[in-house]
Amino acid sequence: MNRIDEKFQALKTQKKKAFIAFVTAGDPNLKTTEELVLAFEQSGVDIVELGVPFSDPLADGSTIQASSQRALKKGVNLEKIFHVVGRIRKKSQIPIALMTYYNPVFHYGETKFIKAAYDNGVDGVIVPDLPPEEADSLMAAARKRDIATTFFLSPTTTPKRMKHVIAVTTGFVYYVSLTGVTGARKQAPISSTQHIKSVVRVSSKPVCIGFGISNAAQVKSMSKISDGVIVGSAIVNEILKNKGNKNLIKNVAAFVKTLSKGL
Amino acid sequence: MKNIPDKTGHFGEFGGRYVPETLMSLLEDLEKIFKSLKSDKAFQKEFNYYLKEYAGRPTNLYLAERLSAHLKTLKVYLKREDLLHTGAHKINNTLGQVLVAKRMGKTRIIAETGAGQHGVATATAAALMGLECVVYMGAEDVERQSLNVYRMRLLGTEVIPVTSGSQTLKDAMNEAIRDWVTNVRNTFYIIGSVAGPHPYPVMVREFQAMIGQEARRQFLAKEKHLPNYLLACVGGGSNAMGLFHAFFEDKNVKMIGVEAAGTGLNTEHHAAPLSKAPIGVLHGSKSRLMQTKDGQIQIAHSIAAGLDYPGVGPEHAYYQKIGRAEYVAVTDKEAIKGLKLLSEKEGIIPAMETSHAIAYLEKLARRVKRKSSVIVCLSGRGDKDMGQIKDFI
Repeated sequence: MNRIDEKFQALKTQKKKAFIAFVTAGDPNLKTTEELVLAFEQSGVDIVELGVPFSDPLADGSTIQASSQRALKKGVNLEKIFHVVGRIRKKSQIPIALMTYYNPVFHYGETKFIKAAYDNGVDGVIVPDLPPEEADSLMAAARKRDIATTFFLSPTTTPKRMKHVIAVTTGFVYYVSLTGVTGARKQAPISSTQHIKSVVRVSSKPVCIGFGISNAAQVKSMSKISDGVIVGSAIVNEILKNKGNKNLIKNVAAFVKTLSKGL
Repeated sequence: MKNIPDKTGHFGEFGGRYVPETLMSLLEDLEKIFKSLKSDKAFQKEFNYYLKEYAGRPTNLYLAERLSAHLKTLKVYLKREDLLHTGAHKINNTLGQVLVAKRMGKTRIIAETGAGQHGVATATAAALMGLECVVYMGAEDVERQSLNVYRMRLLGTEVIPVTSGSQTLKDAMNEAIRDWVTNVRNTFYIIGSVAGPHPYPVMVREFQAMIGQEARRQFLAKEKHLPNYLLACVGGGSNAMGLFHAFFEDKNVKMIGVEAAGTGLNTEHHAAPLSKAPIGVLHGSKSRLMQTKDGQIQIAHSIAAGLDYPGVGPEHAYYQKIGRAEYVAVTDKEAIKGLKLLSEKEGIIPAMETSHAIAYLEKLARRVKRKSSVIVCLSGRGDKDMGQIKDFI
């Protein structure tokens, strides 16, 4: 069983919800990313979503677009990110999922990608521009190595699609809270509460909510109707705010702790 | 040919539907509606009405005698899409898609544009139907195509300059997709080329297919046989696919698509994915795609804003793979020569994009062994480019 499944099983026994934290790998640099992931484990983070920077992140808002650009300027690529995960694995067993657009994976080669992910201790992959319909080969490769493949549900997903997406998902289902791109928003995205509840009711897999969640109050309200909450842009903003600060790790970890306490 | 694309929108290994989940249900609905259009007599009647009475179809197939005399070995016919309302073939597709949008009950139209031709054609169709319209355009393109920006604004469209990335067509498309994901419930995205997620490549092809259907009929009426060559510029590839598709089964008709070689295919500054790039996935489909060794998208370069895109429609990648069409490239400089050539020989100033196809005529003329006939898709007129090219000529 991989670390993501183990984590959800443990949380279920404890009647707890998952807190999932996103960071862009290599922003501001890979060393900081490595230290952040290790600090997150002590800050109430259950799963880390490690973002692979892409030149054209069309599901992301301005925060993660800019973060990706900064990481790409540093020369970050898949190879280097795998090495970072490998180094983290020497010190921590925190579940790690790679969030990547499809082209870098396709160009790297799906089988080679999954093998490198497995060899370095990656537990899952999340590809926002790869619906299950196009994912047969990636899923086949991932199954062989017990790498979880997370797929998305959104407020516009029809009941028929929902069943199919849940069936092919392993690890957890990523519920997109709103029709839109990633990015912190003042209001908790509540428009689709009924839809989320209907998803959670029928889902045999854990369902986690992401997009637009940026403070403890939102984490709390979203966790009540799901199995976990994903925060991305708010953390990326906090990292940017602390750029050049020698207390970056400490400050960001403290911020993440305030979020995870919302559970 | 009947099964291209297949049920899942694939042209062989190309095409498909690589989009965020939020768009999947909408694309399924769009596919259903698109499929029903063939037998939808009311739609066909309405579409044809606007094509004829509003846009000015059919367009002429004009024998370019002085140009042919100059080239010696080629008898050149020009398919005059430049004579259409708004000055390019783009209006065919936007009229079709805006009618689809109305059938889906969408009240807001969005589009991306490079040269501004598709933006103007979308703004025009939206004004015609009384729909709200927003066009995304790279900030660099806003600069070099300022006249078209003004036209769009005059038509009541909001033009949003995109300052991310290379500030050209690719980035405009990213931003349009972000808008689409956000406003999917009331918004219809009119994609301007045979690109994007299924069913867009096949839908845009069908909404441009009259170019080839008319040209084939007109050529047969004039010459009593089929042409030896078809020639068209390829950015995303909608005018080329529009011309090519009706001739697919005519095996003796050779098809040539002309990409933009920018400052040269051996430099990094080109926009010729079919000539130079591996396979990749961007903006909803798998095709040839300019990218780095890490799979990051490369910035394309062409003097023609409408060709300045690192990808290409998946059906062109398929035509290339099966050997049905050949793809070549001409440089910025050669394209400017093409523009001058047609202007001086025929009194027709072509768009910078179209000038790439014209430029290749000189090379084709040297290539052919005996006198051959060719139909060139004169996809657009050059008025929009005058501000930019007066610095080059």
